[in-house]
Amino acid sequence: MSYVYYPGCSLKSTGRAYDESLLAVCRQLDLLLPPIEDWNCCGATAYMAISELKAFALCARNFALAEKQMETGAASVDIVAPCAACYLGLNKAAHYLDDYPALRQKVTAALDAASLQYNQRVRIRHPLDLFIHDIGKEKIAAQVRRPLSGMRVACYYGCQIVRPYADFDDQQDPTSMDAIMAALGAEVVDWPLKTRCCGGALTGTVPDVGQRLSHLLLNEAQRRHCDLVVTACPLCQLNLECYQAQLNRRFDTTLHIAVAYFTQAMGVAMGVADRDLGLARLFVPWPSVRTLAPAPGPAMEGGAHVQG
Amino acid sequence: MEKWQAWEKISFASGVDPDFSEEIASIPGGEQVLHCIQCGTCSGMCPLSPYMDYMPRQIIAMIRAGLRGEVLSSYTTWLCASCYACSVACPKEIRVTDIMYAAKRLAIREGIHPRRFPTPVLAQAFFKEIETCGRSTESHLLMQVLLQTQPLKIFKQTRLGWNLLRTGRMAVRRDPIARKGELRRMLKALEKEYMVGGKRQAPVVPEEVS
Repeated sequence: MSYVYYPGCSLKSTGRAYDESLLAVCRQLDLLLPPIEDWNCCGATAYMAISELKAFALCARNFALAEKQMETGAASVDIVAPCAACYLGLNKAAHYLDDYPALRQKVTAALDAASLQYNQRVRIRHPLDLFIHDIGKEKIAAQVRRPLSGMRVACYYGCQIVRPYADFDDQQDPTSMDAIMAALGAEVVDWPLKTRCCGGALTGTVPDVGQRLSHLLLNEAQRRHCDLVVTACPLCQLNLECYQAQLNRRFDTTLHIAVAYFTQAMGVAMGVADRDLGLARLFVPWPSVRTLAPAPGPAMEGGAHVQG
Repeated sequence: MEKWQAWEKISFASGVDPDFSEEIASIPGGEQVLHCIQCGTCSGMCPLSPYMDYMPRQIIAMIRAGLRGEVLSSYTTWLCASCYACSVACPKEIRVTDIMYAAKRLAIREGIHPRRFPTPVLAQAFFKEIETCGRSTESHLLMQVLLQTQPLKIFKQTRLGWNLLRTGRMAVRRDPIARKGELRRMLKALEKEYMVGGKRQAPVVPEEVS
């Protein structure tokens, strides 16, 4: 099976630690991820608001470039897109180009103008999908050198990885990240907000609204005595971690929770060096064993109602 | 919040656009909007509906009633964070998120989106950035949006900016793609094409974008 890697714009700036830690973990698992040569932006959510056709064409250019890098004789190529917005954008484009011939015709004509060709031979994959289905949690567990035992972890999937096109996990109650964290030896906290929206771009653009959503998630994580929230999206990570000071001022709370990428947690457990995982890029430092929250009382577990 | 809701609440038959629902239904997979049963699942699933001027269910009803002006100038579409909670839960398989996008596109094209509201400004800045560079730079985008909407708020973000810079998470320089010409040729080929509302009027490129 051949993979190509689509990092996306966020993983080159605010989400650099995701890029670094994903590649470090994949090296550890003997997985090769050559980047798509000269990839362009996927269009994310904002581009759709101006031109849907151009947004699909942007994705199609990446598909065409990925197909060029496909091994000879291979039936398809898997594009690994770790950013949630890229994963959704590319996945949506691939679905639409398959389902709507009239749309495909227009996009093909546009690709022609740039001497590019797309033959519908790409599959969009998320690293979570890859780790669970292609590698398997047993192989991941076998690589663990420093288990995350005693660490209470909340798995945050966000919206765009599981909805609406992903078929590797449940849309409301996904479990792939939980399984990986359990394989690393962490204690996975029952946290019912795992696919509730963090506010997305609104946290930065319309903070009066967006920050309420981020606050709700973090507040509940703290109430359930989580030491760490792991995410699989650069925007979720930015919203939940970097705005904590602003959230505390706005809502008069004392939030202080480490929010890291799930790949960073994998790297730490696998014994990868901290600097290869971008741990120094975290605003709230990685929880050391000494600072772990005390074990919660029984009332916090199970179906305890979510507080806003 | 009250300011957002200051729109005229009474509509008259003369102000109604009977073709509006067909126009929205013309997007790929959009025909389901004509089968809405008004159950309100979308509004219930939406994490942002408490902050919207019209809830998603109301927007669908307004589209079908032809209240074009009210829909296109509402804040609802611009508060949609594209989390797709509504789309996956809708019993009639209406792609509510994609309908929001269609409304956003029409509003931008006709220039009737809420002025100086950050999300349409972000969308347009983003669009321009991709046309020129092929990739986006978050720090530049956020700066542009703040400058165009609430310039004084920039000072509130200095600490966040400094922390991002300190941890190497802020891209100071743009990182354009190598073959910008290729991208430009491709996008130019689609200049005259529209997926929604194309037959209603001659395509107009909004001034902010061109």
